[in-house]
Amino acid sequence: MINIKKEFNFMGARRIAAIFSIVLILVSIGSLAINGLKFGLDFTGGSLVEVTYDQPVELEVVRGHLRGAGYGDAVVQTFGSANDILIRLGEAHDPQLGQTILEILQQEADGSVTLRRNEFVGSQVGEELREQGGLGLLVALIMVMIYLAFRFQFKFSVGAVLALAHDVIIVLGFFSLMQIDFDLTVLAALLAVIGYSLNDTIVVYDRIRENFRVLRVSDSIEVLNTSLNQTLSRTIVTSLTTMMVLVVLAIFGGEMIYGFAIALLAGVIIGTYSSVYVAGNILLLLNVTREDLIPPPPKEDEEEELVP
Amino acid sequence: MLNRYPLWKNLLIVLVLVIAAIYAAPNLYPEDYAVQISGSRAVHQVDDRIIAQAVNVLEQEGISFKSAELENEAGMIRFDSGDAQLRARAALTRGLGENFVVAMNLAPTTPDWLTAIGARPMTLGLDLRGGVHFLMEVDTVQAVTQRLEVYASDIRTTLREQRIRYRSVELEDDGRLVARFADAEARDEAQSRLRRDFQEFAFETAQQDEAWFLYVTLNEQTVRDIEDYAIQQNLTTLRNRVNELGVAEPLVQRQGRNRIVVQLPGIQDAAAAKRVIGQTANLEFRLEALSDASRAATEVFEFRNDPDRRATLERDIIITGSSVANANATFDENGMPQVSITLDARGGQMMSRVTRNALQRRMAVVFVEHKTRNVMERVDGEMVERRIPYTEKRLISLATIQSVLGNQFRITGLDSPRESSELALLLRAGALAAPIYFVEERTIGPSLGEANIKMGVTSVQIGFALVMVFMALFYRVFGLLANVALTLNLVMIIAVMSMLGATLTLPGIAGIVLTVGMAVDANVLIFERIKEELRSGAPVQSAINSGFGRAFSTILDANVTTLIAAVILFAMGTGPVKGFAVTLSVGIVTSMFAALVITRALVNATYGGRKLQKLWL
Repeated sequence: MINIKKEFNFMGARRIAAIFSIVLILVSIGSLAINGLKFGLDFTGGSLVEVTYDQPVELEVVRGHLRGAGYGDAVVQTFGSANDILIRLGEAHDPQLGQTILEILQQEADGSVTLRRNEFVGSQVGEELREQGGLGLLVALIMVMIYLAFRFQFKFSVGAVLALAHDVIIVLGFFSLMQIDFDLTVLAALLAVIGYSLNDTIVVYDRIRENFRVLRVSDSIEVLNTSLNQTLSRTIVTSLTTMMVLVVLAIFGGEMIYGFAIALLAGVIIGTYSSVYVAGNILLLLNVTREDLIPPPPKEDEEEELVP
Repeated sequence: MLNRYPLWKNLLIVLVLVIAAIYAAPNLYPEDYAVQISGSRAVHQVDDRIIAQAVNVLEQEGISFKSAELENEAGMIRFDSGDAQLRARAALTRGLGENFVVAMNLAPTTPDWLTAIGARPMTLGLDLRGGVHFLMEVDTVQAVTQRLEVYASDIRTTLREQRIRYRSVELEDDGRLVARFADAEARDEAQSRLRRDFQEFAFETAQQDEAWFLYVTLNEQTVRDIEDYAIQQNLTTLRNRVNELGVAEPLVQRQGRNRIVVQLPGIQDAAAAKRVIGQTANLEFRLEALSDASRAATEVFEFRNDPDRRATLERDIIITGSSVANANATFDENGMPQVSITLDARGGQMMSRVTRNALQRRMAVVFVEHKTRNVMERVDGEMVERRIPYTEKRLISLATIQSVLGNQFRITGLDSPRESSELALLLRAGALAAPIYFVEERTIGPSLGEANIKMGVTSVQIGFALVMVFMALFYRVFGLLANVALTLNLVMIIAVMSMLGATLTLPGIAGIVLTVGMAVDANVLIFERIKEELRSGAPVQSAINSGFGRAFSTILDANVTTLIAAVILFAMGTGPVKGFAVTLSVGIVTSMFAALVITRALVNATYGGRKLQKLWL
């Protein structure tokens, strides 16, 4: 079994890690600026029709049918299997469209066509969802920062939130680079990434806090290294179990969950990396010392800090 | 030292788990295919007679069923197969007539003793069940404008009554009312008078050339109230319509300031649903025809509650339901039920003009409904369901006009308070307070719903199994204990979700899978801590104790932060995101309990009571 006996010098690689992170972030931001996100129907508004043919069908044939009916701008793709066809239309169309498309396809097809899903989202709703989503991410970050400043110390909360922002940006960049559909479930996944990555970072920070108090060394790098090594096997085990279920979800969960699983998978990988290399690195940049964590000598009118 | 839980703590855990198991249990019972029969109006109650009639219809058609009984004032007939359910619905819709709505449903088979203590299965979201989701926007601007017109007329009346001379009172395009006066005194007098009568107004004055203006705007609260009222009214209308559609467990709910969500599980024909929901039923107020009126100028109508009773009315319509601004069920001086109606300005004018010349004649309220009827037809040897739209006009009341009616009057002569409240509701429902339009629509076919459930359950099973195997291999006995805790955790998640009445959606299932993956984290933290303590030479029992103790604050911090994210997700998200947030939040709480309390109890029970030299971890 995995038994980690060796002490890794994680902080020794911090410069390389920093460069690696910066490059990833720059690439992500660049891709977001140039490619943008491929927003799904939830955020853009428009119509989407998913149908099942009773036999595999050529995309070109379906496109031809739609073109014949005057819907040349429809995006047609398979969804999961060759029998499942997904058709998207821009926002300019009316809400009745889904029904119309289904009727066209049913008329033209040789076999039977059944409707699996028909969605219409008004462009205004899409815009609102996008704003809400962005706002949700921001509020989550701020709330977490407040909680951590209260439970730990200001430098830790800055470190955790920067590590989080790092993860979120890179996952967004990944979606932008790969041009995977970004819909509501992916947004949910992104917020779950925040939860997960935080969880990871906090476990590490918790140990760092403890070691600053317990270990009689003043060298921050050493304290960080010890802490990271102590928590390493936990970090690996938890990441592994979580990734296992996510891979299962991506494979067996179906197309509608695929984006969700991929976003979380990317998030877990980058979150695990960041809790080891980024979160600690930022603490060093902020020049964290033992003094930050030694409780100030209690004054008479102040309550003592509760240590569970 | 020894690690032992006091008896009460163990008993408490057992108690929690027993409760969880009981409340999770209803999810194990498969649902029956069923049809639900309910009266389309309050006067048509489903009783044993109707059930017997339904049973009769089914027996004639040769459709076998499992049971037919009265449940919560609705008839519930259960079947063995979806096919029987479909055929039964068609047969019953024909057999019972239009007074009863026959809806397809999935009836839980939860045993009575579980239902009695409030245990029920989780509701499945549309993505798992199939169905239609609509999001509609209410045009509240229109509602406010309508009300402003009423106010304009009120202002004119007030000024006239107070003998304050004014030139005009008009509604401007920017939503302000403007009153023009010939001199400043009249304007100031008007302002002080209106200020006393209408607390909801804010005033502004202006003067130009030889005209003095008084601008009236509604305060924010009043505008909000009007909007709220418009939305409430539209909700009522939509609920009525949805009931007409024959959907079991529909959801009609306000969302945000001016939106309404309608969810119709099980409905597959979104287009038909949309027609009905978007349709505007209406009311007509007409005079009863004089006995010497010509046939061409009259029309005969049936009474809604009593088709045998008829009345002949004039063809001319005084006003329609769109002029009804409000209707309430109240009681008159003698305690008899009545309906108070408020008309808008134009309606009030029309009403008073007509009734002035028609005292002691009778006025009728006609309910106009645009409906569709489903007919089974034989086309090319196949039975096909076809919908025929039709308009139904029926009388709801006929009463003598005692005095000139203004924009407020009452309809009396009603049989019961139930009738009056129903009429008030219909009057309100008839008058859509503001136009609605569709801003979002999602239809999930039943095959996709089924596929989603299957995929979701498969993922949970495989993910769960993998994690269990991994834990057992990695932590041996402790891993097995963690697995027991993990299983109980899953039971608790399902129990809490069922108790909350939460809806299970596909992202919700994903949330459960993710929780399974992350739930072991707390156990991992504890076990790693125990390992460390052992490595540093601590005796077995104290290693266990401090392992749990020290991991506690880490687990707490880590989970609270994740919980913060989940709660924000819930607060800000809609639909699928909310479903995910609920399962995630529930999962975080239960997995903390599972790791810190249940695992601890298991470890204590396994190792705590004896002296150990070595721990196989």
